[in-house]
Amino acid sequence: MDEEMEVNENVKKVMFVMRKAPHGSIYSYEGLETVLITAAYEQDMTMVFVGDGVFALVKGQDTTDIGIKGFIKTYGALEHYDVEKIYVDRVSMEERGLTPDDFAIDVEVKEAEEIAALMEEQHATIPY
Amino acid sequence: MLHMVNKSPFSNSALEEAARIASKGSPILLIEDGVYAARAGTSFAPKLADILKDHPVYVLTPDLKARAVDKLVEGVEQVDYSGFVDLVEKDKVHSWV
Repeated sequence: MDEEMEVNENVKKVMFVMRKAPHGSIYSYEGLETVLITAAYEQDMTMVFVGDGVFALVKGQDTTDIGIKGFIKTYGALEHYDVEKIYVDRVSMEERGLTPDDFAIDVEVKEAEEIAALMEEQHATIPY
Repeated sequence: MLHMVNKSPFSNSALEEAARIASKGSPILLIEDGVYAARAGTSFAPKLADILKDHPVYVLTPDLKARAVDKLVEGVEQVDYSGFVDLVEKDKVHSWV
């Protein structure tokens, strides 16, 4: 019992705030990689997509002709790392003409106030 | 939670996104190119006035001076480096880089 409690104390709530489109810079990809690495340490992970960050989740991305390896499929790995709290800011999504059906993975659409409350309860928030 | 923004609002949506998401009452600190948001008389100034209704807004004085931003939107508060440290110490911080 004591041992279990010690383990739990080592679990931190970490939120990654994803705000960049996928291919114009390295941020989006690096963010996803960092999430997977951090998740391997069994932390309590949340990803929230705000602003152009929501474009990273759009299905059907074909990067063949821009000469880079796409990473939209990598998002499918998140559930295997128990990263299940994946949220999208509703206003950012709607501003960009998107709906949850446009995304490659299941996400939960959140209001700004809900995202704010989640941010407040994290041990750390990491911008990407 | 303190929200830090270091990008100009004329080239980046960071400040608008930060202000929209941040809990009402949470302070916003403008540093580096973020301080251009605080300049009076710009097309962004009315938006900053709106942001000030929900959030205290601080700007880092050395970054203002470096950019010759000498007229500020009313209600914006200047902080020096030690004021910056005070703000950061008080609460958790998120940078909208």
